[in-house]
Amino acid sequence: MSPKIATAGNTGKKIRSDCFVTLELKDKGGIQIEQKSKVEVLYGKANIELCKDVLSFYGIENAQLTLDDKGAVSLIIAARIEAVVKQLIDTDKEYLLDFIEENKYFSEKDQLRFSRLYLPGNSPSMMLNAGIHDPNGIILDLEDSVAFDRKKEAQLVVRNALRGINFYGAERMVRINQFPMGLEDLKYLVPHNVHMLLVPKCEGAEQIKELEEKIVEIQKQHNIERPVLLMPIIESALGVEKSFEIATSSENVVALAIGLEDYTADLGTRRTNEAIESFYARTRIVNACKAASIQAIDSVFSDVGDMDALRENVKVSKGLGFEGMGCIHPRQIKVIHESFAPETVEIEKAKKIVNAFIDATERGLGVVSLGTKMIDPPVVKRAETTINLAINLGLISENWREDFLNEQAS
Amino acid sequence: MGKKYANLVKNAVGRMVPTEVNGQTQVPFQGVGKHKPNARKYEPKISSCADFPEDGNKQVASLKEALIKAGLKDGMTITTHHHFRNGDLVANQIFDIAKELGVKGLRWVPSASFPCHEHLIQYLEDGTIHHIEGSMNGPLGRYASYGKMKGMGVLRSHGGRYQAIQDGELHIDITVIGAACADMFGNANGLFGPSASGLLGFALADSQYADKVIVVTDNMVPFPCSPWQIQGNYVDYTVQIDQVGVPEKIISGTTQITKSPDRLLLAEMTAQLCLEAGIIKDGFSFQSGAGGTSLAVGDYFAKIMREKNIKARFARGGSNKYLVDMLNEGLIEYILDGQTFDLDGVKSMGENPNHVWTSPFTSYNYHGKGNFAGLVDVVILGATEVDVNFNANVVTHSDGLLLHGIGGWQNCLFSKTVVLPIPLFRDRIPVILDEVTTLCGPGELIDVIVTERGIAINPKRKDLIEKLKDSNLPIKTIQELKEEAEKICGKPAKPEFDDELVAVIKWVDGTIIDSVKKVKS
Repeated sequence: MSPKIATAGNTGKKIRSDCFVTLELKDKGGIQIEQKSKVEVLYGKANIELCKDVLSFYGIENAQLTLDDKGAVSLIIAARIEAVVKQLIDTDKEYLLDFIEENKYFSEKDQLRFSRLYLPGNSPSMMLNAGIHDPNGIILDLEDSVAFDRKKEAQLVVRNALRGINFYGAERMVRINQFPMGLEDLKYLVPHNVHMLLVPKCEGAEQIKELEEKIVEIQKQHNIERPVLLMPIIESALGVEKSFEIATSSENVVALAIGLEDYTADLGTRRTNEAIESFYARTRIVNACKAASIQAIDSVFSDVGDMDALRENVKVSKGLGFEGMGCIHPRQIKVIHESFAPETVEIEKAKKIVNAFIDATERGLGVVSLGTKMIDPPVVKRAETTINLAINLGLISENWREDFLNEQAS
Repeated sequence: MGKKYANLVKNAVGRMVPTEVNGQTQVPFQGVGKHKPNARKYEPKISSCADFPEDGNKQVASLKEALIKAGLKDGMTITTHHHFRNGDLVANQIFDIAKELGVKGLRWVPSASFPCHEHLIQYLEDGTIHHIEGSMNGPLGRYASYGKMKGMGVLRSHGGRYQAIQDGELHIDITVIGAACADMFGNANGLFGPSASGLLGFALADSQYADKVIVVTDNMVPFPCSPWQIQGNYVDYTVQIDQVGVPEKIISGTTQITKSPDRLLLAEMTAQLCLEAGIIKDGFSFQSGAGGTSLAVGDYFAKIMREKNIKARFARGGSNKYLVDMLNEGLIEYILDGQTFDLDGVKSMGENPNHVWTSPFTSYNYHGKGNFAGLVDVVILGATEVDVNFNANVVTHSDGLLLHGIGGWQNCLFSKTVVLPIPLFRDRIPVILDEVTTLCGPGELIDVIVTERGIAINPKRKDLIEKLKDSNLPIKTIQELKEEAEKICGKPAKPEFDDELVAVIKWVDGTIIDSVKKVKS
């Protein structure tokens, strides 16, 4: 006999913006809903209506539903009810709330990825305000931060979050599970404008190929043409050795990230703040990324209380050639952005070089020189990168050269 | 005590308020600065030294003896103060004694009550206490919200309490002043001893105007107790007891900078706003409360001041470690302190002449020849709710429960710029509404609402709007913010209330600005 009682969600003293739902299917007696909500005065009626609507959508006519609500918004309550229903009845139907207009933006292959904020996929309380801290990307995590027996309910929370939570322009990323479960995650993500998937424990190009086949299959079902970008995470010795192969496995792979906790475990060593043990892996990955013309992204820095250490860490990371880093706390974002951003002296120097290059091109000169010094093409290229970054970050205006020339003239 | 309340009229902010409360005639709110009573202040009785011990020793054996000598009887008004905050051991003892003596129908007027006073609910039940007039934090507020109190709750600001006593609206039969340090003559301060809490400002009016004044301490020192924050010349009896307060509970629980990233963001935005509005400049002054977000605002102020080499002339306390550090670092020249929230504050006040203790008279009393609150350039305050007209609520939650006191909040609204950093919603509860549940402060005095999703400037403050017109800060209208919250949380239903009233909210001039309805149980 199939089970008749199911639960989903979280409860407890510290739980906020979430709910815990218990559903018991009955043979008769209609729908009975019991609600205990800290916002009952304001949203009690709306919650009951929502419960009824979800149950009726799944054709459930006799059941006892208990909603223990800690101020969850509708899209979370709906995900929790869908989760209990799906434990009890076999259905592929999805109860979808509005896909808000604000979430219909896209990301670009080479956009800025200094920071990406990890959000545990089954913990709604951190999701609502994640975007206000202005990370370059948010990662709804289905992998390590979600307990094994909660994977399915997290898929629904993440799907509903992608549709209904405004992340204010951050790149919308999801870290999927390792395969085969990671492939199961896709149908909850691909149709809902996920910009990028993080692929954990990636160890070879064939993994990426398998993933992309499945993505394309789902995209076809939903008439989606825009590709889903990929950021494989290298977390093992084998992965490090295969990093160039992975970096070039698909044009949708736009960055590689390194995951140091698992990598150091794989090495059989301990992760230290100095990170000497991962020096090879980090430089190897940066090199592979540059060779493949994609971004190299560093691991997270886990001491959330020490902003000075984080700042130092980012400087080293930037020095090695990384272009971004993971965050596990919103307060890390600003420090990471500041530390990855080009410094004023860098920008000023880059302005002079780029200006000299434009000047030389306009005058038809083959050689770029600044004063008496010749400037090599790679130096120009780096200066251009710095200028573009500074423009992207709003540190200088797009018309910086006008001001620059005026200053020179005066 | 007369009727609980009667004769509802609509006041100047459109709220229905009674003109009779607990048998006393009341004036409905007339508008800011409109009500000016043409009268003389309350006259305390003239005392004579002939009636007091020649050697100045007013000490009696116990609090019970002091209360009996002070003539404790049915229907009297007893006042206490919240210097010991949630560690207060005095107020409960007074009513234990009253119960023992079979006294009934007392009116208790604390400057604030705390969860530790839940003990007194039994006396509200058995009639020892008729009702409470004072800020109610926690369990007592909940009790009152369900209409269980026999009389009306009357909530006053710290300044309003001084005003009510001074103006004779609130006659005090007996006041009991718990002090960390006192002498047998009655001089007292809050600075020294195991229950040190800094100052005794909230008891000033009571000492000056009550019929009988009792000072209770667990640290009786030989005359003179110096400094005499309370002057013994006002005092009838002094008592030594084992313990007046629980030290670890005297220290307020909120004196840590918030670790919440959302609240830190609010604080950072608030400080940035003050900087861009030109408020943070050499010689400026500010007041920031003791809540986690307010503390963080002070911390961001300090960072900005350090970076730009700016010094403030003074900061108004609630003082705490963070403010004291700024004083010691030379970022601020003076702390004008209304209450100390931690031991760093207490110590600094005892040692540093630039850490000055104030009282609700100097800081907040609206019926004075000015007060300090109006001299402050910017004040950072909290609120449970704000409405689209910038009116704000600090006493009730959106479900109508009366859970907080007013404190100095209303008084601080007279600062030159009033900024309220508040989250746009708390656990799905939107903070910006069409209409606040309880109106504690009129919108004309509230200048800026800072939320994590945008900043609304009161349209009356054209100067601020002009100064911030090119800012990168997310300036929005308050209506836009309200809609943004509703989009995320859903539109909240209107809470249903009983028609019965349980408390009134006094404005700083003694008029009634709003009433609190009974919550449907």
